[in-house]
Amino acid sequence: MKFWRKPLDLDQVVIPHGDVIIIKDRCKGCGFCVEYCPKGVLQMSEEFNIKGYHPPIVVKSGECVNCNLCEMLCPEFAIYSVPAPEDETLGGAEESLSTVEATKEEKTWRRTLRAS
Amino acid sequence: MSKVIDRPEVAKEQHPVAPLLRMDRIPHIWCPGCGIGTVVKCFATALQETEVDLNKLAIVSGIGCSGRAAGYMKLDGFHTTHGRAIPFATGLKLARPELKVVVFSGDGDLAGIGGNHLIHSARRNQDLMVILVNNFNYAMTGGQNAPTTPTPAKTSTMPYGNFEHPFNVPHLVASCGASYVARWTSLHVRRMTKSFKEALNRKGFRFIEVVTPCATLYARLNKLGLGLDLMRFYHQESEIRNGADTRDVAIGYQSKIICGKFVDEDRPSYLETMHEYYRKVLGDKYVPTPPEGGMLREQN
Repeated sequence: MKFWRKPLDLDQVVIPHGDVIIIKDRCKGCGFCVEYCPKGVLQMSEEFNIKGYHPPIVVKSGECVNCNLCEMLCPEFAIYSVPAPEDETLGGAEESLSTVEATKEEKTWRRTLRAS
Repeated sequence: MSKVIDRPEVAKEQHPVAPLLRMDRIPHIWCPGCGIGTVVKCFATALQETEVDLNKLAIVSGIGCSGRAAGYMKLDGFHTTHGRAIPFATGLKLARPELKVVVFSGDGDLAGIGGNHLIHSARRNQDLMVILVNNFNYAMTGGQNAPTTPTPAKTSTMPYGNFEHPFNVPHLVASCGASYVARWTSLHVRRMTKSFKEALNRKGFRFIEVVTPCATLYARLNKLGLGLDLMRFYHQESEIRNGADTRDVAIGYQSKIICGKFVDEDRPSYLETMHEYYRKVLGDKYVPTPPEGGMLREQN
């Protein structure tokens, strides 16, 4: 992180880390999270979700500070952040959730949509 | 009354406000770029962060896009007829004074069709929390002219631009005597949540206007771009002026949006005034109905 003046308690400050979790198929591609992420963690992806919108993807996964702004701004309840697993030794051992499946009801809704 | 767990644990695989939403109704019908979902999210967060008993909270909404919020939230709620959210909520509050009643509705519903109820509820300082989601038109029925549409903006019933003078809703309710008046845009998520939290624990008529983008109708008819462009506009053009004189906070077409908490004062609410007055006039003969503190008994 760049500082224009070094804070006196810089060595005591712990910068929180977070994991962004995107419920891809709930997204309607409004782009609020991508626009207002203060760390530029997100980007609109090229792929389509089930509704035909471009959901966001995490491009700088280590940089999320768990500020929850994407979660607060998302009108679709499709993105949220959780504190990253603190233990560094766990590393890749504990699988981090990056995308979460939509709920069962949403899937049935989708099926009826497809059938009609 | 069955015992309901107040705040269930949220799993990591679950959205943080999922326990407060009817997930079988999600995905909701609001358009891409609409800001109503943000307001619902902020309201749900405010409920989670305050110590409000969810069994003693009711949400009432009228007709319109934002009226759907009562159906999407897993709270006791009612989706009333057009414009009649405040009368229903008034009846609910008077019959069950122990409930916290929240009215969540749009500008066309509250200020247009139910305008009379809004004024008189504010005049009586009725114990309600009113969230007015202002998107400047009647969006659900096709973008008709609303009482909040700013002057030269185009709507589907005013194709050459609106010539009617719009309401300045915070000034309207403040002049009628509301005890808490605030305005935010859907970009001010943290301040909006703080305002909801404050208003939930207050008495009297609490009014919060939230300006939200309407990408499909208002922005399209006026060629203002997408929902994101309107959010960028709010970012540039909104100004926070707490305690501002409500006479100066009218919203013009693409003009500065003055946000903030305008009025915050303690005034006796309708029920308090009524009980106090009858006690003074009738003395010992007065039997408050419904009993003060409510009819709902705590189960031990």
